[in-house]
Amino acid sequence: MNEFKGRTLSWQIVNGAIELALHRDPCNEIGSLTLDELEQFAAALPGLANEAHVLIIHSTLKAGFSAGADLRELFERGQEMDKAAARRGVREFLERIHAVMNALDATPLTTIAAVHGVTFGGGFELALVCDIIIADRMARFCFPELRLGLIPGFGGIPRLKRDLGNAVVRDLLLTGRSFNVMKAQQIGLVSQIAAEGEALRVARATASQMGKFDRRTAAAAKDFVKPIPYEELKREIDIFCDLYSRPAVEEGLRKFVENEGVQPYLP
Amino acid sequence: MSPPTIEHTLDEILNLAAVHFQVPREKLTPDGDFFKTLGIDSLQALDLLTRLEHHFRIELPDYELQGVSDFRTLANRIQARL
Repeated sequence: MNEFKGRTLSWQIVNGAIELALHRDPCNEIGSLTLDELEQFAAALPGLANEAHVLIIHSTLKAGFSAGADLRELFERGQEMDKAAARRGVREFLERIHAVMNALDATPLTTIAAVHGVTFGGGFELALVCDIIIADRMARFCFPELRLGLIPGFGGIPRLKRDLGNAVVRDLLLTGRSFNVMKAQQIGLVSQIAAEGEALRVARATASQMGKFDRRTAAAAKDFVKPIPYEELKREIDIFCDLYSRPAVEEGLRKFVENEGVQPYLP
Repeated sequence: MSPPTIEHTLDEILNLAAVHFQVPREKLTPDGDFFKTLGIDSLQALDLLTRLEHHFRIELPDYELQGVSDFRTLANRIQARL
């Protein structure tokens, strides 16, 4: 399936690059519908990879790349069922999203996240599975999960640890602060900074350059330098589920969902 | 080089906000509520924060803006990082 138009995302092959576009209003919150379509993409990826050399993930929404997990859905589903069923549901969701993230991480294609605006939580984690992050000047990154009594659950901590120094990881995780693209490049997270609205264009130019390389060599180089921390990823799911069962999380989610103020990202 | 005065910092913030959010500069006052005056939501507040960080070449953690809604307090937070 070389082309797909879904309710939350679409993909097509353009000049040898698979372009996966996120487009679920208001800011690509990742809930069950997005997960379903991401799974469809992951299933199609091996076939797509035969006809492309690069994968670019980007958002068509003005607000940003992705605000992360759909916390409203997480809260509301938790209210609809008993605690044990809610915990099982969360674990199942995490195992499914991890399978998608791992498939994206492990693909022999070179992968680029072209991000702009809000790149928070699960959206940040989606960008982290990519080999390279190209960011718009107005991009902003954050792991806000501790504000809710949780840790990032889509593989963010092991992948951030893989890519950055531990002191930086502790800073970003334990303060929960958001940071801009200059900081992101300074710490080694962002490869290139694009002008406002130009991240996708820069990503396409980079993909074009990558298309000049032998695919098998590029895949071997990636496999050599980018180990996937499977054991830590499994442990992250366990820690998340353990924390999720605490009453403080339900209150944190309720506060977020019911917040009608102008700063819901600053609980 | 000595840092700019708080009045200068405040003036730059007001100018930047007026231009970016296309609000007449005279409508913006130091003690005005920028959420109301600029009519911005949470995402636009993050956008404003990023623009201010770029303009002043500083890092301003968002938790320092928690509860801040007037330009003068915002200017004081920025001034502390210059």
